[in-house]
Amino acid sequence: MNAKGKVLKYGDNVDTDVIIPARYLNVSNGDELAKYCMIDIDPDFTSKAKKGDIIVALKNFGCGSSREHAPLAIKCAGISCVIATTFARIFYRNAINIGLPILECDEAANDIENGNEVSIDFDSGIITNHTKNRTYQAQPFPPFIKDIMAAGGLVEQTKEKIKG
Amino acid sequence: MGMTMTQKILAKHAGLDSVVPGQLIQAKLDIVMGNDITTAVALKEFAKTGATQVFDTEKVVIVLDHFTPNKDIKAAEQCKSCRTFAYDMNIKNFFDVGKAGIEHALLPEQGIVVPAEVIIGADSHTCTYGALGAFSTGIGSTDMAIGMATGECWFKVPSAIKFNIIGKKPPHVSGKDVILHIIGMIGVDGALYRSMEFVGEGIKELTMDDRFTIANMAIEAGAKNGIFPIDEVCIAYAKEHSKKPFDIFEADADAEYDEEITIDLSALQPTISFPHLPDNTRTIDQVGDVKIHQVVIGSCTNGRIDDMQIAADILRGKKVADHVRTIVIPATQEIYLECIRRGYVTDFIEAGAIFSMPTCGPCLGGHMGILASGERCVSTTNRNFVGRMGHVESEVYLASPAVAAASAIAGNIADPRKIGGSK
Ligand code: SF4
Repeated sequence: MNAKGKVLKYGDNVDTDVIIPARYLNVSNGDELAKYCMIDIDPDFTSKAKKGDIIVALKNFGCGSSREHAPLAIKCAGISCVIATTFARIFYRNAINIGLPILECDEAANDIENGNEVSIDFDSGIITNHTKNRTYQAQPFPPFIKDIMAAGGLVEQTKEKIKG
Repeated sequence: MGMTMTQKILAKHAGLDSVVPGQLIQAKLDIVMGNDITTAVALKEFAKTGATQVFDTEKVVIVLDHFTPNKDIKAAEQCKSCRTFAYDMNIKNFFDVGKAGIEHALLPEQGIVVPAEVIIGADSHTCTYGALGAFSTGIGSTDMAIGMATGECWFKVPSAIKFNIIGKKPPHVSGKDVILHIIGMIGVDGALYRSMEFVGEGIKELTMDDRFTIANMAIEAGAKNGIFPIDEVCIAYAKEHSKKPFDIFEADADAEYDEEITIDLSALQPTISFPHLPDNTRTIDQVGDVKIHQVVIGSCTNGRIDDMQIAADILRGKKVADHVRTIVIPATQEIYLECIRRGYVTDFIEAGAIFSMPTCGPCLGGHMGILASGERCVSTTNRNFVGRMGHVESEVYLASPAVAAASAIAGNIADPRKIGGSK
């Protein structure tokens, strides 16, 4: 599995309230939510983000609420991966469960700049910055999580199990 | 190697003799909970799994508390979908308007959660029940859906920070000041992925309501869970509220902790989190002159009876400042009734505050007190992110009920020790 795209860069503690504010939580449809993705931190996000683009941020990305609407809005906005120094834990598991690829890599998070062209090899955890001609090594997913991702998320995986 | 309290509870529920930090486990769940926002997403995911019934009709809990009584048509449709699901699935613990209160005050009060259980809730403040010595953590809607279908959830076993609580609380210092102080000290990601285990002789100084407030905000330090010892106070509470039997766990004497931090209650002062992060704390003497427009006293953090009492004692016989809209929200119907019985409702209304039915309402910028641009609110809630209670240019200052009530009277952020009241 791979991803490639242009980077939209943010800072520390990007919280779920700015990713998708509560005033939009009276719907749960991903495409509808995607229209308001990142609206309170970057009102132009939806016009800038192209399919396949990558969000890069610093520490504690996705802190705050458990709203799965946050990773869902990001996924449905076409983002192919989020790279950060660290993720808040509920966001982390929500992203995995719905099949939004995320990677923790301090070096990449700090070095990659807004607008850089980046590609990612998920199996090896290698992130390549084509603009700066550099690579960074992120920790690849453990097998347990790779299995969830490979199945397309936790629901798909469980469906298979329930069918037996 | 010894295990922390959290690790022991997780090991038991995973059917293992022991676990180590970082280990990925599959644990059996005692309770799976969701609210009107998160359940609306979860029930769609639940349907996709192919499951036709929930794993246990007694162990799934749905509380309609966020946008209720419905704030608009879309919210009404969401609640309708939750209600239909609850009836179809024969869910015993379904709380609709009239029975509902804010989930994290409601579940302990109704005896639905007890010590040493493993509880997941599709709401980040599910960590509240750690006050009862349970492992309780917030998850998303997909986890809720899978939890409802299978009765299980995957976890990465956390390491822990040990907080050794010592000393006695000074007047007008409560659980809120303790947790704001801790978050100010370690930061909003200071406990990321980890447990916060609270121990020490100072614990006995903390009422159950103080402990609920402290455990509630563990997530605001990034923690997976916060947990208190199952002591006499906790056991008495659990027995008073629940008929469920429960285990008693404690950390091993040789349990390993990443860090140990001592908190001396006697050194604490009323503490306030300035915009826009909970770790941006100042003690009351460092606040300066901050004029305010609104005060909110309520939420899953501080909408319990102790909080209502503290606010009533300060507001009784006084008037809130003319320019401060003061909104008091008891967290559950029981607390609401108790406020009537004790005469607090009269105290609030005579002071010029409004007294609302239980709801999350303004805490998440839902309804019942949204802020306009440039407005400032002192709130006993738990988050002060950009736009949390309304306009992106509004500001939320997090504080205890004592500071909030004193500030309502003064019209600016004020020291409850100077305004008065019982404690
Ligand atoms: S009161 Fe606020 S923090 Fe608590 S559950 Fe409701 S919205 Fe969430």
